[in-house]
This record gives sequence, structure tokens and C-alpha cells, in this order.
Amino acid sequence: MSIATSPNTQRTTLAERLDLIISPLFAVALSLIGVAVWFYSDLDKTTLSILDPEKLQRQLVETISLGLASSALVILIAVPIGILVTRKGFPRLKSFLVNTLGLGQSLPVYGLIVIFFSWLGAGAFTVLVALATYSLLPVLRNTIVGLEQVDRSVIDAARGMGLTARQILTKIELPLSVVVILAGIRTAVVINVGFAALAFLVGGGGLGVTINSGLVNNRDSAILIGAVMIAVLALAFDFLSALAQKYMKPKGL
Amino acid sequence: MNDVLIRLENIVKSYGPDLDPAVDNLDLEVQRGEVLVLVGPSGCGKSTTLRLINRLIEPTSGRIVIDGEDVTDVNPSELRRKIGYVIQQVGLFPHRTIADNIATVPNLLGWKKKDIAARVDELLELVSMDPDTYRDRYPKELSGGQAQRVGVARALAADPDVLLMDEPFGAIDPITRDRLQNEFLRLQSEVKKTIVFVTHDIDEAIKMGNRIAILREGSEIAQLDTPEAILAHPADEFVESFLGSGAILKGLTLKKVSDTELHQVPILTAPVMREDALKELQESPDQVGLLLDSNGRPLRWIDERALNRTSQPIEKSGRPVTVDLQPEDTLQDALTVMLQSSAGMACVTDRRGKYLGCTTIESLAKLIMSDGQA
Repeated sequence: MSIATSPNTQRTTLAERLDLIISPLFAVALSLIGVAVWFYSDLDKTTLSILDPEKLQRQLVETISLGLASSALVILIAVPIGILVTRKGFPRLKSFLVNTLGLGQSLPVYGLIVIFFSWLGAGAFTVLVALATYSLLPVLRNTIVGLEQVDRSVIDAARGMGLTARQILTKIELPLSVVVILAGIRTAVVINVGFAALAFLVGGGGLGVTINSGLVNNRDSAILIGAVMIAVLALAFDFLSALAQKYMKPKGL
Repeated sequence: MNDVLIRLENIVKSYGPDLDPAVDNLDLEVQRGEVLVLVGPSGCGKSTTLRLINRLIEPTSGRIVIDGEDVTDVNPSELRRKIGYVIQQVGLFPHRTIADNIATVPNLLGWKKKDIAARVDELLELVSMDPDTYRDRYPKELSGGQAQRVGVARALAADPDVLLMDEPFGAIDPITRDRLQNEFLRLQSEVKKTIVFVTHDIDEAIKMGNRIAILREGSEIAQLDTPEAILAHPADEFVESFLGSGAILKGLTLKKVSDTELHQVPILTAPVMREDALKELQESPDQVGLLLDSNGRPLRWIDERALNRTSQPIEKSGRPVTVDLQPEDTLQDALTVMLQSSAGMACVTDRRGKYLGCTTIESLAKLIMSDGQA
């Protein structure tokens, strides 16, 4: 169809389109591998009991809830802090956070889970806290950077016209930084869903249990199918976040 | 008319006890309906002074009185909704349509949707932009000049009495800037707002201002007067050096073509008899005549040589008249056209393009000389 586009039509760049294609492509490819393994390898009794659909379903729900709960926690903590430190009066704290937040991520999630285990004990809650701590950084950093990159003259004009500080935040700054903030949230969601697989280490359940059982019982096909499910799950959430980014991006940007 | 709308009383803005104050004990009065231009070298505090009026910068001490009301301590957001504000970078909201941008203050004030839509269209018309074309566009689809038109429309949206403009045309290319300045002057003659206008460009100050305040460091007023008076009698060396050389040439922007006496050259109207035309040219003190079309619009400059060249019809000989002046153009425009014209003169026409007369270098010189004596 070659209808002249109106000037209002958003032109999507190649990068934006790839963004929505790559994750599903990988997910489909990995799923095919998983299906192939399921059909072509010798599934003995032990493997079948590891891959019991009821168990898998429960683990899937556990992994998703853990990933989403920790992401929600991160958003509730990091976005308000990011907003707070970009207000007037926190210039030191802000530059400190921006400069150090990158370093924090060099700590491995594994280590964080162990640290919190020794403090909070076993269970999914420990994993939730560890994941939230780990993925706090990208969200906080992107919130700060996103708010900082809003054109100062736009804010000056808004103040000059009599918008209150709150109105400037909700009507100007947040809409103009939503894309950057969402990019941080997307990173956090993928991290959280992916690393939720480690929850089994401290008795937090999840799909990691399947992989671990595969390892313990020396069943490669179970390991592979567990790994594929985790990867596909992370890719699915990456895709959903990309969709959110696309549809929450204000028109005109 | 001696009606003060804005009064700054003993305003001090200091950023610390060890620093020289940015604004040091400033008293300033702005008359209702005038364009007061604040001009000065960069760092003199002119922008700060402007931003003190709508309290984007809070004064360290002193009072701000607008329309008889002391606004030094009122709610600043509510104050700013009553004052239009235009900045050099325009600052349109990129995520909102042109209509929504213009509707910003009416929305804050809780106007009805229908009234807002009508006001938006009215303002787009006022700044010479077609509402149907631009209403639903986004700022990134506009050129710099268009963006600033919208910026001005947005500032005028709730019909404020006062308009503050901080180098509004500073980031726009010279040709567009000239056009916007002219349009702004036309617009101001319609809306009659009280405007405080900041610029670092003395030429712009002379063109736009009813009065000019020339500021030096610490926002101290070096001279405050009409452009004519400042050009004729600079108060001190600082003002003189700020005006720069060629104050006479700058003064030309203050006068209009209609201020000069128009000169009448021999007129030829098609169809032309060659002999009659020659005779008329020889009898006239001028070297050239002007060929008009049947509607009285100037076509070509014709001199004797062109008439003697019999190989061509008269309608195709001589040099074409490329640019016309109109009575409301400035004498600076006139000088430019005259210097470019082959005849050393410039045609003046009315709005429909009908010939009225010519300006000459002599008439210009006469006007400047008489000015110098006065």
C-alpha cells in the first residue's frame, strides 16, 4: 500500500523495528531446539519425572512472579529516588549516584543471593531482595539520566508560563524521559526474570530446579529444556518491554 | 500617556556575599503599552532583570509592583500565568501538538475546551500560520522561525497584559529574523501589550523599542530613553561605544520611506513613441525614466542609450526594476535598494504595486542633514 503518509505519522527507524523482531526470533529458534530435544532424545522415566508438566507449570509461575515482583519493587524504589535526587538541592548525591551506580553492577547476582541468604535465610523472599538490589541500578541510573536529558529550555518555558513544580514533573519531565526510564526498567525485568532461575540455590523454587535436577541426575535433555524455557521467558519479557517502550513513547518525539 | 504598569523598586539580586550582585539596586518603570528594550553586553544582568519581573529569579531585596499590586510575595506560578514569556530557545513542549502548546496557560486557568480551541485558531492566524495546517503538528515539524511564531502565540494565549521576551529572535537566521521583527511590530500595533524585550543587539533594540534601557554591569542603567534620543545624544562614553560607529546609519531604521520627499522621474507608459520619449528624457534633469505598465506598475529603467538601441522594442530595453519599496519600509531598506539599483534610485509603490515616486540618495542625505541640525 503506498498512501502518502501524513506528517503526523511516526517514522520508525530500522533500529526500532529490529528491536521488536530480534527477541521473538531468538525465542522461536530456541523453542524449536527445545521441541526438537523433546521429540528426538531418549526420554527415560527420570527425565520425564523431572519434566513433569505440573512441576514445570508451577516453576514457570514461580519464576515469573519472582521476576515481576522484584521488578515492581525496583520500580517503586528506584523511580522515586531518581526523581528526588534530580530535584533542586541534591546535586552532590545525584552526581555520586550517577558515577557509582555503574560500578555496583560488577557484583555478581550469585554473590548477592548468598549474602542475603546468610542474613534473611532460605526462601523466595531472599531472592526477591537480592534481585531487587541488583536491578535497582539500571532503573535508578536511567531515571536520573532520563530526567537530566530533558531540555532545560523546555522546563524554563514551562516555569515561565506558571506550571507548578509538580505539574512540570508530571506533564513535562516524566513524559519526556519515559523512553529512557523504560529502557532501564526493561533491563531490570530481563535481569530479574533471567536470574530468577538461581532462586533454587536458596530454596526459592523456579525453573532453576529443573536444570539442577537435570545436573544431579545427569540428564542433558532436562537441562537443555529447562535452560530453553528460562531463555524464552526472558526474551518474552524483553519483547513485552519493547512493546511498552514503543507504545508509551509520546507522539512528537 | 504616563501610566506605569511595571515598577521595580530597589531590586538587588545577589548570589553570595562575596560576589558582586548581578543586579545592584535597580529602579525601573515600564509604561503601559510600550516596548521597553533592555540591551547591554553579555553578563550585564539584562536577562536576570527580565526574569526578576516574573520571579523566575527571586530578588534578594526590593519590590516588584505590577499594575499597582505588589507581587513580590504572591504565589509565583499564579503570577506567571498572567505574564507572557518568550525565550530564545522557544522551549515548545515536544510531546504536545502546536494547539496543545498554545493552550498551555488557558488549560492551567481552566478555560472551556471550546473557548481554548477558538483561541488557538485565532492566535495561529495572528502569527500568520494556517490553523488547519499546523494545529495538529508537533514542534519538531516546524522550522526555527515557525517555532518562535508558535512561542509568541503561546505567550499571548491567555491575553496577558505583560509580555517578557528574552532574545526571542536571537537564534534565528538574519533574513527570517528581519521578517519576524517586522511581523512582531505589526502584531504589537494590534495587541498593544506592555513588553519588556531583552537583546544584546543594539540594531534590534533600535528597531523594536519605544524606549531603550542600555545596561552596564550589575544591571545599572547607563541610559534610558527613546531610540532617537539615545542615538542623537548618547549619555556617556559607554553608551557611545555600545552604539558603535554608524549611529547615523542605525538611525535610518527609525525613519520610513514616507518621511522623505519622493522624486518624480519622467514616466513612460506603454506603448511608447521613441521620439516622444527621447524628447522627454532630454528635457528632464534626470538621466533615466521609468516605464510603467498599463496598471501603473514600474517595469524598467529606460535611459537614452536604451532608447537609441532601435534593434529592440522599448518594452525590452533598459534594465528591469527588480525591487520596489513601500512607504512603510525603513530608510535603511531604501538605502540598500538604492545602492543595488542601476539607476541609483529606488521605486516606491503602494501596496498594489502602483508607482508613487522614487527615493534618491540626495533626498536621504537631505533628511540626515536636517536631522543633525535639529
